[in-house]
Amino acid sequence: MGSVLNNFKDDTICAIATAMSDAGIGIIRVSGKEALQICDGIYVSGKKEHTLLSHDPNTIRFGYICDEDGDNRKIIDEVMISYMKAPHSYTKEDVIEINSHGGMLVMNEILSLLIKKGCRLAEPGEFTKRAFLNGRIDLTKAEAVMDIIGAQNKFALESSRSQLQGSISKEVKAIRKELLYNMAFIESALDDPENYDLTGFPEKLSGVINTVSFKLRKLVSTADEGKIRKEGIKTVIIGKPNAGKSSLLNALYGSERAIVTDIAGTTRDVIEETIRIDDIVLNLVDTAGIRDTDNVIEKIGVDKAKDKIEEADLCLYILDSTSDIDDEDKAIAGLCSNKKTIVILNKNDLTGSIKITKDILPMLFSEREDDNIPVITASLLNGEGIDELKKSIADIFFNGDIAPRQEIYITNLRHKTLLEGSIQSLELVLRGIEDGVSEDFYMVDLTNAYTLLGEIIGEEVGDDLVEEIFSKFCMGK
Amino acid sequence: MLDIREKSDVIVIGAGHAGCEAALACSRLGLSTVVFTMSADNIAFMPCNPHIGGSSKGHLVREIDALGGEMGKVIDKTFLQSKMLNTSKGPAVHSLRCQADKMEYSKAMRRVLEEQDNLTIKQAEVSEILFEDIEDETLRREGYKRRIIGVKIFSGIIYEAKAVILCTGTYLKSRCLTGEAITYSGPNGLLPSNYLSESLIKAGIELRRFKTGTPARMDGRSIDYSKMSEQFGDTPVIPFSFDTDPKDVQKPQVSCWLTYTNEKTHEIIRQNIDRSPIYAGIIEGVGPRYCPSIEDKVVKFPDHERHQVFVEPEGTYTNEMYIDGMSSSLPEDVQLAMYRTVPGLENCKIVKNAYAIEYDCLCPGQLHPTLEIKDIRGLFSAGQFNGSSGYEEAAAQGLYAGINASMQILGKDYIYIDRSEGYIGVLVDDLVTKENFEPYRMMTSRAEYRLLLRQDNADIRLRKKGYEVGLISEEKYKKLLLKEEQIQMEVDRLKKTVVGANARIQSFMEKNGSSPLKTATSLAELICRPEFNYENIKEIDPDREELPFDVTEQVEITIRYEGYIDRQQRQVEQFKKLESKLIPADIDYDDVSSLRLEARQKLEKFRPVNIGQASRIGGVNPADISVLIIYLDSLRRGQSDEN
Repeated sequence: MGSVLNNFKDDTICAIATAMSDAGIGIIRVSGKEALQICDGIYVSGKKEHTLLSHDPNTIRFGYICDEDGDNRKIIDEVMISYMKAPHSYTKEDVIEINSHGGMLVMNEILSLLIKKGCRLAEPGEFTKRAFLNGRIDLTKAEAVMDIIGAQNKFALESSRSQLQGSISKEVKAIRKELLYNMAFIESALDDPENYDLTGFPEKLSGVINTVSFKLRKLVSTADEGKIRKEGIKTVIIGKPNAGKSSLLNALYGSERAIVTDIAGTTRDVIEETIRIDDIVLNLVDTAGIRDTDNVIEKIGVDKAKDKIEEADLCLYILDSTSDIDDEDKAIAGLCSNKKTIVILNKNDLTGSIKITKDILPMLFSEREDDNIPVITASLLNGEGIDELKKSIADIFFNGDIAPRQEIYITNLRHKTLLEGSIQSLELVLRGIEDGVSEDFYMVDLTNAYTLLGEIIGEEVGDDLVEEIFSKFCMGK
Repeated sequence: MLDIREKSDVIVIGAGHAGCEAALACSRLGLSTVVFTMSADNIAFMPCNPHIGGSSKGHLVREIDALGGEMGKVIDKTFLQSKMLNTSKGPAVHSLRCQADKMEYSKAMRRVLEEQDNLTIKQAEVSEILFEDIEDETLRREGYKRRIIGVKIFSGIIYEAKAVILCTGTYLKSRCLTGEAITYSGPNGLLPSNYLSESLIKAGIELRRFKTGTPARMDGRSIDYSKMSEQFGDTPVIPFSFDTDPKDVQKPQVSCWLTYTNEKTHEIIRQNIDRSPIYAGIIEGVGPRYCPSIEDKVVKFPDHERHQVFVEPEGTYTNEMYIDGMSSSLPEDVQLAMYRTVPGLENCKIVKNAYAIEYDCLCPGQLHPTLEIKDIRGLFSAGQFNGSSGYEEAAAQGLYAGINASMQILGKDYIYIDRSEGYIGVLVDDLVTKENFEPYRMMTSRAEYRLLLRQDNADIRLRKKGYEVGLISEEKYKKLLLKEEQIQMEVDRLKKTVVGANARIQSFMEKNGSSPLKTATSLAELICRPEFNYENIKEIDPDREELPFDVTEQVEITIRYEGYIDRQQRQVEQFKKLESKLIPADIDYDDVSSLRLEARQKLEKFRPVNIGQASRIGGVNPADISVLIIYLDSLRRGQSDEN
């Protein structure tokens, strides 16, 4: 039902209007009543005191897109921004076009920001559809529009097919099944209260919802897979001096099939070098530090190292397997206790003098919640262990698939929005339970979570609930 | 050939729960009405369970009452026990249920019909519907091909009418099955109606076969109640009808009894399952999943160790007891053995065997949302014939169809209740829009806006519509307006009245186990705290005027559940946008390019009246809806260009 209702929404929509590739310049288009207000919320003019609201229609201006979080202002990109006032625009609504520096990372970040501020991600063909519905396109062009919209069927079919094979959809289905069962139980009890009793059920449901929310949050992070695929994994290499950090770097370069740009021109200085091994892109952080002193910790200080690790997606922690573990090792292990980490036990070719084996790790990572840290024994000097490293990275980030699946990034962002929406609804359920609200009330939120999840896999609610009630519960006298 | 022709405005075929409401509505709206029944002594007969109301069905009864129907008033006069279900849960799922005295209910309804002006009861079997082709272009564009002109009864006499309402219940070509024993009769040995089906089929109406069942009735003296737990009614009793004075329904109540099946019962059923007409394949009709027979329960839920059995009185005129929860079509010998395994029924004597009944009914996709058959002007249908189950569902449709038939004859606007306005709206929409493959029963889970569709506010939701069509008097309507005003004023007052964080208030908070106030707080905010309600903050609300309970009840619900209710209201706004996009009656779906084949077929079959309804048809997906909207828009633009 949700997507049907979108046909009538006059809310503000946004989408990347240019090709989904790392081109020089990309355009993000925003259309709708609130286009100006929303964009103004993320825009800082090149000239002071100038806001978008004072922007003359049909002019273009220079400025910055910023993510303001309290007093914290993070500049995302330098942009040129143009404003076309309704009805003199493609959609006959207020339209803002943000010309950014391109690059999927930046564009998607701007898009996410717009969504956070209240835009909705446009459905395929929606700008054109609005143009038509608002009378911008005449009847002779209508047929073409129909074809575009008609093609949605095919699009929906194909994307739902590819989703069917994806792990996200499998997981979403399992989660929906679990929610549906509980919804059906509540409904059965509401319908036949003399037969089904809800005493103690809210507590049980809280447990289920906590588990489900946890899974959904994990899914949100896998929805980021597409992003990580395209833009690379922010990786930091850590370890004591002489453990083999520069050997790793060299080994990585040795296996590199192509060097991607060094991302000059972005406003962020964190990522320094990008290496692509097959389909895995690593954005290495602070490689300079490694080259200079072979000791990141020493050079930039523990605090700074902490920050770098905090920003990273992945820590590669190198240990010299021929020397005993000491306090410094433990301190480093502590630094990455909340991060995805792969431990590389280097110098395993020196068979006679091995002092560290895999068994020692639980002691080293005693602070970690998950003890599932991949360990690779390697001889980096000889370039051994890189294949295994690659496999481990794929396991962690891509569910084991080194080659990317055929997914469109935009779909992922839609998924993410829906997943986050369903997590929010589930939080409302939990709050309802805590407040002692009765089941029929928080069913509204539970149903909403279920519906949003259904939109991810292209399933409408329909009569699921009634079907489930009848198949799982013995109803009626 | 007999040459007698009788004339009336409306003919209602069947005087069950649908037929009674339909006939009363039409005659009350000033139309001369004849209601046909196979047995005038069995008007508003309850062939199955002896209760009215229950979860979501209680809502329907309240809505019927709000619109000016009769069911609520009759049950208020004839109930044996009354209970509000789900009181531990939110107000939206509170539901009233009454045990009825079947004979008294039937007699009371018959009396109402007999005393109604413009209404004639006629005992006869209608064997044919009569119609003529429509030439009128306007009507043909609306999709009508024929017009109803009357009916012919078995004796050959013709009754002419402007509208006919089919309320044939389970009587069309019905047969009852108890194991191998098949009786070609209606329920409870009443006569079936064997000829009308053919006439309907000839008129191009698609019929199908449904099935339902009922349990045994037992001699009350043969039941040992000491082995069962007694089920009492509520005190005080809350009436169904908004017009019943609560004082009139406080009376001694009759108990029901609860017992359970056990493994032995299930064993007997399993051993004899091949003798069940359903499992042996003798029954072709589709049964409801909601009211499964005991053999269905045992087969489909093998892990259930026991099932509930309620033993309920049929009335005060008999000692027969209804064995609720154990309907069956197993042979008589198996039935007796099975019932006798249940605690309290060890020595039971069966007066009437349990049986399954099969009957012809309509595929309701052929209906307009007005409950008129799409291509036959003036032919309406309601109740179990439309593929529903339950007395309340039937009565609701009867009233709805009766009103719309009358509106058509009177040349006024049809009544239309959408899914956000009432359970009746959900019921009608589900019937005419979705493909139901079993007898349809109302359930609260079918109502997506149920927080708004409460039994307590049915009058606020629907009385105005009842007033507009002419079934609710000026006086009653004014009473409602006053109530609404009182509610609004009291809600406003509670929101504006602020209590300070002074010592008196803090001690009041402490006394009631609530956390102390940090700042001045409105009384409305206090009511939202779980420890408080409208009643118990009276002490700190000295300016309060005494208001009737039905007002303060609405005040409390409005304030306490405001957040949730607002959210549903927003969903409703979205929903209404779709409902307001009308589809022309003469649309040719072949002209809409880009529609998928399945969608095109489904749209052609159901011919929805608006985009909202189209979006609820199975097999029509959101992209098809987009295509349709754009097509309609281009049509509109095309027309305005021409002008």
